[in-house]
Amino acid sequence: MKFGVVVFPGTWSDRDCGWVVDQVLGAELRYLWHKEADLKGCDCIILPGGFAYGDYLRTGAIARFAPVMEKVAEFAERGGLVWGICNGFQILCEAGLLPGALIRNSSLEFRCEWTHLVVERADLPFTSACEEREVLRIPISHGEGSYFADPATLSRLEQNGQVVFRYSDVEGRVRPSANPNGSVHNIAGIVNSRGNVLGMMPHPERCAEPELGGIDGLKLFRSVMHHAERMLAV
Amino acid sequence: MIARVIVTPKPVVNDPQGITVRQGLATLGFGEVTDVRVGKYIEVRLDAGSEREARERVDAMCRQLLANHVIEDYRFDIERDGAKSR
Repeated sequence: MKFGVVVFPGTWSDRDCGWVVDQVLGAELRYLWHKEADLKGCDCIILPGGFAYGDYLRTGAIARFAPVMEKVAEFAERGGLVWGICNGFQILCEAGLLPGALIRNSSLEFRCEWTHLVVERADLPFTSACEEREVLRIPISHGEGSYFADPATLSRLEQNGQVVFRYSDVEGRVRPSANPNGSVHNIAGIVNSRGNVLGMMPHPERCAEPELGGIDGLKLFRSVMHHAERMLAV
Repeated sequence: MIARVIVTPKPVVNDPQGITVRQGLATLGFGEVTDVRVGKYIEVRLDAGSEREARERVDAMCRQLLANHVIEDYRFDIERDGAKSR
């Protein structure tokens, strides 16, 4: 099982994701430089957090033109697993691999804090180690993480079950008070209609070891590992 | 030619910057302000055979990069030799 972590100029969570893959999971890791149109045979591509290209024009707006992104799009089209975290989620939306967009937090504050997420889909490669309605405690760190989609798109996402994570309280109740950034319907993460491309604003790589205050993020990484192992066993 | 592009958040999109600026103006005594939307101004200089060509090209630039159609609207003017046209 090989994970590829894409690195753009301005990416800052690449090492954190790489650490979890390499040191915690013990899986194979490749860093994929934005200029190289080569996914090096990876089974899961991670687009990590940060400020790719300085967030110039709009967050994720320039990153989608990187040579590596053409390969990521082709890989996604073939059903490969693509996992966008924070800036990665923003890039996937700008690249059209996921619907909607991420805009400035409604409070205008950069929010760096723990959040609770209720898992709406536990049948995905990214969430199979979770239970449906399970509540995960995962931190966010963003100034532009408010998910927006027009009413028609939003309705389609909800009807298709494409919402994967919602901001909730510790009991899993989806409430406005639990929403840190004004995302419509408290959406924290979505998947494409096929279920192979996930975008999420919270950082699972920052809570994959007990020393960091929580290990709920590790469940998502383990889910991907188990999925790959099942695929390889077939 | 010069294209002067204005990109604004769509009416349906929450604009906390605009709200904050309006509050600031109210604090300064400009209570008559009913709404503020904050957008972006982009200047593009380009070579084009005609104004029509420039218009088509700039429109494509807006659709493909300068504005995110999910959350933004755009409009632009093309200027040539100092004479403005819409």
